[in-house]
Amino acid sequence: MRIALLSDVHANLEALVACLEHARSLGVGQRVYLGDLVGYGADPGPVIDIVAEGIGRGDVAVLGNHDLAVARRISYRMNIDAQLVVEWTRAHLQEWQLALLGGLPLVCEQGGRLYVHANAWAPEKWEYVLTEFDAGRSIRASPWGLTFCGHVHTPSLYHMASDDRVAAFEPVPGIDIPLGPQRRWLAIPGSVGQPRDGNPAACYALFDDATRQLTYFRVPYDHSVPARKIAAAGLPQTFDTRLVTGN
Amino acid sequence: MAEPRAPGGVIDGFRLEEKIHQGNMAEIWRVTRPDVSTPLVMKIPAFRDSSDPAALVGFEVEQMILPTLSGLHVPRFFAAGDWSIQTHIVMELIAGPSLRARLDDAPLDPGELASIGSRVAAALHDIHVQHVIHLDVKPSNVMFRASGEAVLIDFGLSRHDQLPDLLAEQFPLPMGTGPYISPEQIWGVRNDPRSDLFALGVLLYHLLTGERPFGNPTSLRGLRRRLYRDPIPPRALNPACPPWLQEVILRCLEIEPSRRWDTAAHLAFELQHPEQVSLGVRAQRMRRDGPWTVARRRFRSVGEPNLRQSAAGQVARGPIILVAIDLASGSQPLSDALRLTARRVAQTEPGARLACVTVLRTPRVAIDANAEAEGSVRMDLLVKLKHWSRPLGTDIGRITHHVLEAPDAAAAILEFARSNHVDQIVIGSRGSSSLRRYLGSVSSEVVAQALCTVTVVKTPARESESAEPSPP
Repeated sequence: MRIALLSDVHANLEALVACLEHARSLGVGQRVYLGDLVGYGADPGPVIDIVAEGIGRGDVAVLGNHDLAVARRISYRMNIDAQLVVEWTRAHLQEWQLALLGGLPLVCEQGGRLYVHANAWAPEKWEYVLTEFDAGRSIRASPWGLTFCGHVHTPSLYHMASDDRVAAFEPVPGIDIPLGPQRRWLAIPGSVGQPRDGNPAACYALFDDATRQLTYFRVPYDHSVPARKIAAAGLPQTFDTRLVTGN
Repeated sequence: MAEPRAPGGVIDGFRLEEKIHQGNMAEIWRVTRPDVSTPLVMKIPAFRDSSDPAALVGFEVEQMILPTLSGLHVPRFFAAGDWSIQTHIVMELIAGPSLRARLDDAPLDPGELASIGSRVAAALHDIHVQHVIHLDVKPSNVMFRASGEAVLIDFGLSRHDQLPDLLAEQFPLPMGTGPYISPEQIWGVRNDPRSDLFALGVLLYHLLTGERPFGNPTSLRGLRRRLYRDPIPPRALNPACPPWLQEVILRCLEIEPSRRWDTAAHLAFELQHPEQVSLGVRAQRMRRDGPWTVARRRFRSVGEPNLRQSAAGQVARGPIILVAIDLASGSQPLSDALRLTARRVAQTEPGARLACVTVLRTPRVAIDANAEAEGSVRMDLLVKLKHWSRPLGTDIGRITHHVLEAPDAAAAILEFARSNHVDQIVIGSRGSSSLRRYLGSVSSEVVAQALCTVTVVKTPARESESAEPSPP
């Protein structure tokens, strides 16, 4: 089965729909949301509707720090602008949507894989995996050989050999990468709704659990639409320009 | 637990026939499967010395890279075994001894050596285009098909530039084989396809002289000598070595990758056209550099490795462009238009080279061949061809000239393009002339049959000229 890994959607409906459509054309069987469905963007409600419907059919979602802040009024080291969006988002969600967000698990283990938003060593502390050192820490903390996480918005792949050495790899979109079973892997698909690597195209990845091949994708979409919605909602301007520049 | 490995045993549906090799890193069995007619081998890693992680990771690397490669220059991949049961790789059996057997025959005849070299370079070009750098080119890893093509084996140290490098950060010592390892590999750089050209240079040097250019060092200190100490020029060891061959080999052995041939296709081209090799100081050298030069080099660092480079990217920067000119019946405006287009195409990449080709049509059946007269026609065409390309000379780094003799111009151009790894053909079209109706169109034949990009050049026509009356 092919599994779509979607992270950091951040209430960007157009980017999510583009990725889901792309994945559907490639015969995806399950969608895994790696946290931060909301925050920054102006469509939290419609995004949660899509995810909720998917969960009913076997999709999986884990909790992100923005989801937590919105649902349970707990913020963790957020800047003023992000805090503003949290308040706005909460005001625009229905009770059941807030309950769904708040009820998401911190981690999910399925089929020999670990799904978590930030890292495997302390998921509730939201520390980022930015280096080989962090990646090694996360890989060692995971009970499984394959860990998928988000939080970091740039697509990356780390691997650890039997001697504990960790190496990083910058994935090339569209290339199938075999994740050999004789080493441990940590994959970050990149952000669906708010890429920050200078390329505004949405990021996601597909994993085939039969062949163990992981493929990263960049999906172009009309990012001016969510950018206009952010401006129209009166949300901080930095978040709409970010969508256009991809930074 | 692994199944017993004995003749008659079966692993993953493959029947073990006989063990044909037992090495330190792996054993190789000839295997069969009822539904496969291709002769097969199964490579099984030898884990007796499991303290050596290089053997294990090398196997992992080969399992990852070999399935991505296709074509005549690699053994075809068939299957890989599960690591939890019995890991292995099943691939096509390439019969015959490796090039290692020829080391005993050194020094080889320069002509034969050039043929071997150009075939190995063609194989390297083919894998570089597929994003793979071999990084362990040596005689024992080069085989030949019965049809003559070189086949590269053992991808255990290789790098695919679009897949994770499983050997990155893995080992503190340089990875490669002592005599063949390139200077940049000693620094841990694993992303430059020109490392394979260095190793091929070592291989050719050895076959030509019977000596290794940098010896067979086993220590890191010994390996590092090649960062500053140049080899004895081959001509000093083998007087039969022509200057052009020394030029080609010493350029492969340059310390800085940027001073070597840009691509394996360029190297193959030189080896196939000795008369076109431009001879520099390397060709004339009869002794090694003096102590002062060596000392200077020793103090100079090799520079920051270029970590962002990709194998296919480096290859793409050095395209070979073929421009086909009809000197006999082509018109002056078309010839000018061809030159203009050739310049535009060749100038887009700094490493581009332009091969100017014209065809001397020969009769299909030789009748009373007058060799002397033919020779002078050929010479005349060559002079005209050089005259045609002269205006391009200062703009394009490397231009060569070729008069092909064949009854069929299109077939000759296509064959030249194929055997010289041409990336793009620029050819003129006579447009709607009446001549074309009688002779057929060479350009349309080339467009239809070529394996590479073809640019068809037409004479710019004024609107009033473009409407030609249609034939009755």
